[in-house]
Amino acid sequence: MKKWRCLVCDFVYDEEKGLPFEGIPAGTRWEDVPDDWTCPDCGAGKLDFVMEEI
Amino acid sequence: MSTSSISLNTWTDRKRPLWLLGAVIVGFPLYSFAAYWATGWGLVWWLAPLFIYGLIPVLDLLIGTDVENPPESRVASLSQERYYRWAIYAAVPIQYGSFIAGTWVAVTQPLAWWELTGLVFSCGAISGAAINIGHELGHATDPLDRWLAKIALAPVLYGHFYTEHNRGHHVRVATPEDPASARFGETFWEFLPRCVVGSIASAWRIEKQRLERQGKSVWHYSNDNLQSWAISLVLFAAMTAWLGVWALPFMIAQAAYGGSLLEVVNYLEHYGLCRQKGADGRYERCQPRHSWNSNHIVTNVFLYHLQRHSDHHANPTRPYQSLRHFPEAPQLPSGYASMVLLAYFPPIWFRLMNPKVVAHYKGDMRLANIKPSIRDEVIARYTPEVSTKATAAA
Repeated sequence: MKKWRCLVCDFVYDEEKGLPFEGIPAGTRWEDVPDDWTCPDCGAGKLDFVMEEI
Repeated sequence: MSTSSISLNTWTDRKRPLWLLGAVIVGFPLYSFAAYWATGWGLVWWLAPLFIYGLIPVLDLLIGTDVENPPESRVASLSQERYYRWAIYAAVPIQYGSFIAGTWVAVTQPLAWWELTGLVFSCGAISGAAINIGHELGHATDPLDRWLAKIALAPVLYGHFYTEHNRGHHVRVATPEDPASARFGETFWEFLPRCVVGSIASAWRIEKQRLERQGKSVWHYSNDNLQSWAISLVLFAAMTAWLGVWALPFMIAQAAYGGSLLEVVNYLEHYGLCRQKGADGRYERCQPRHSWNSNHIVTNVFLYHLQRHSDHHANPTRPYQSLRHFPEAPQLPSGYASMVLLAYFPPIWFRLMNPKVVAHYKGDMRLANIKPSIRDEVIARYTPEVSTKATAAA
């Protein structure tokens, strides 16, 4: 399980936790997050996220 | 939407050549210098403020608005065109030319006090415009653009904006927690110190947290605030070493006015608007309804579409040429340049804008972002409209 960080605002998408409040269940891999999904904090697109080593 | 009448293949950006004007206006102190040399009239040192507060509002009224959006299929290619980036890059050296020449004139030329005052406002106006240039560049993901953002912010001492705007303001926009979102009933003069102090403190906290995550001290050289402030320090020190100590008060005064120009725009961009909290305690996503917009062409061209503010918040990395008008976004009665003039006079501002906020929330002021000391009183003063549709359905 990996974490992805928004380059614009630092929001972290954690694959392990998913984003249940956005309808993305825990354990959803980054590649399975819809392409039109955007950062819930600042609205940046998926391309503006980078993977983070934890 | 508005693209239906335009063939998708033949769409061209009618504002395309106009985007160069953003770089033209940051040369104002240089034009004042040339005009003074040619005519000797002291009034020419006031050219930039006269242009911003006088000519632009009139031109906005005369030329009006446009609601044209690029067709969705053109957005990707339009966003990639290098021309639009170069139009922004071109502004930075001109801005520096104005700053350096303006400071040189202030220190070395025998100007009357009112001419010098005009020069402070002219250079400050350019510094204010430069924050907008730094804003556009600071949203880019290209490392060169991001460095140039720090450089553009240096003469106006606004290095904290680089951090705070993206990672603070964009996250908390239109919430009571955001220092840069103005509250209903808050005057510009109350907002200004709250926003400046709150933004600097927030920028410091944001970088501290980021560096701690990486196991570094807040004083580490990779701190974006320290980097930006260091550029200002080197620039101001070099100018003072060259022109003497009197350069310092001039540079600080123009920076103060430049910063206040950015903040007065901040003031009107989200005045009274508020995102609601869901059951999970998170704020709803930022929507078109959370920013004040304007389609007045003249101000839009000089501010790189900053007034298409709803789309900017919904898509922060979308470059200026691709920003869209949303019919559902709240609209200001005129362009930002006219509205900032009104914001300086709170009774006029309140008279014009408070009813617009009340109408936006259909009288239900529990939904607005209100100055805390008057919140209960404001909510009690207005009665929520009962939606006619809802009653009809019931």
